[in-house]
Amino acid sequence: MPNAAPTLEPAALQADLGAATPVALPMPAVTLDGVTYERSGKPLLDDLHLEIPCAGITALMGPNGAGKSLTLRVLAGLIAPSRGRIVWHDERICSARDVALVFQKPVLLRRTVRANLEHALKIYGIPRHQRVARVGELLAIGRLQDLADRPARVLSRGEQQRVAMVRALAARPRVLLLDEPSASLDPPATAMIEGLARGAADDGVKIVLVTHEAGQARRLADDIAFLHRGRVVECGTAREVLDRPQSREASAYLGGLLLV
Amino acid sequence: MPRNRGPALMHDFGAAFASAFALIATADAELMEVIGLSLRVTMVAVLVACLIGLPLGATLAIARFPGRGILVVLTSALMGLPPVVVGLIVYMLLSNAGPLGVLQLLYSPTAMIIAQTLLVTPIVASLTRQFIEDLYGEYDELLKSMGAGRATIIATLLWDARYSLVTAALAGVGRALAEVGAVMIVGGNINHLTRVMTTSIALETSRGELAFALGLGIILVVLSVLVNAGLIGLKASAQRRAYA
Ligand SMILES: Nc1ncnc2c1ncn2[C@@H]1O[C@H](COP(=O)(O)OP(=O)(O)OP(=O)(O)O)[C@@H](O)[C@H]1O
Ligand SMILES: [Mg+2]
Repeated sequence: MPNAAPTLEPAALQADLGAATPVALPMPAVTLDGVTYERSGKPLLDDLHLEIPCAGITALMGPNGAGKSLTLRVLAGLIAPSRGRIVWHDERICSARDVALVFQKPVLLRRTVRANLEHALKIYGIPRHQRVARVGELLAIGRLQDLADRPARVLSRGEQQRVAMVRALAARPRVLLLDEPSASLDPPATAMIEGLARGAADDGVKIVLVTHEAGQARRLADDIAFLHRGRVVECGTAREVLDRPQSREASAYLGGLLLV
Repeated sequence: MPRNRGPALMHDFGAAFASAFALIATADAELMEVIGLSLRVTMVAVLVACLIGLPLGATLAIARFPGRGILVVLTSALMGLPPVVVGLIVYMLLSNAGPLGVLQLLYSPTAMIIAQTLLVTPIVASLTRQFIEDLYGEYDELLKSMGAGRATIIATLLWDARYSLVTAALAGVGRALAEVGAVMIVGGNINHLTRVMTTSIALETSRGELAFALGLGIILVVLSVLVNAGLIGLKASAQRRAYA
């Protein structure tokens, strides 16, 4: 949705949902409402308020240790917040299968690439006779045909990342959480991953993308939330945040300055 | 003038080897009996140890319950249990005055199996826990994020750890085969009944029957080499089958 500027302010959400405003605001896919995650008394996510629009690609940006990966883990249901809540507004999102996560560090089973994909399809409940064809499709999507029978864990980092990406797509998820999916990819593979993400988004899959690359955010993201020390310090459309960052943290980060 | 024993000893040494190989080559009945019992006791003990140790180790790796920490430390500590102590405990349990005395199991192969099971179970359980725990740490979030249930997670872990689990069992075989103290105490080293390789070697050596002892010793070393070759072969085959 290019013109309906997605509002990421939680306050705005409450107001707009309450009143029947004529301006069609995009339904949020999910609301993070005061999410706090503590480890040994230290808040790693600190009263995080975030509204993720239900369509398009949302980028999470922020310096190392800002809490981007943790936010994805919370969204994937892998960790429960110490305080606050996560509300999915789409009732079709009801199981872990609907939200796929591609980890920052790819996790692959001690099996061949093919067996990794088959195992995923099995977990996703795809009947056995459909699996072979589907694995073939996925291998083709990731251009992994030549690597299909290699042990997944001896592949290069970039190859592993591609396997993880197509494995996530295997579930046909409604939400795809990508944690720096092209961090160690070469330009063609990056283009491929970005193409996959774009394609999935166009098919109606909601994508939340963690990235450090302003270029990637510019190419892909519809809106951006900027995290710093476990808090959302800024959010808005991609253009707004990238071109005219309002917060000190985001300006410094995008300007290449180190801000501790 | 004192007799020069050097060459004679050398001669004894060579002769002992020659007769040992002759015993092996002719498949000497007594030798085979002892080897057979050794293998039987070891195999049954390792089998029972696996039946207990694999599920116990897997549970300790995955489940979180009060007392888990103690059990983990205990299984690890029991890995290095001195066999004679196990022998002593089983002896006390099975002796006529002991709580299990009525079973009349002392000085039987069953008593030896019990003792060796006690020795091997902590090894299997502890190694299984380590292997499964490491794998669980790697796979847990991934499988959960895919929506896998508990049964699927366990099945995946066991399958992907299968080579390591066989390693654990082979480590148990090694320990049971080489062990002498426990089986000596609870088996009694009775001829034709509870005489196994290690106890025979101890006895025959003290009696000066070096050929017989050496024959058994050679077999024992060969078996140990085979177990280790099995471990190495397993690793190679694991790599061939994309388990890396
Ligand atoms: N299990 C954990 N125990 C303790 N601290 C943790 C744990 N997981 C994350 N943290 C801490 O929480 C903070 C946020 O971590 P997170 O992985 O979300 O950062 P990130 O924004 O993804 O950074 P990066 O850009 O480096 O990937 C970091 O300071 C990290 O050290
Ligand atoms: Mg991260």
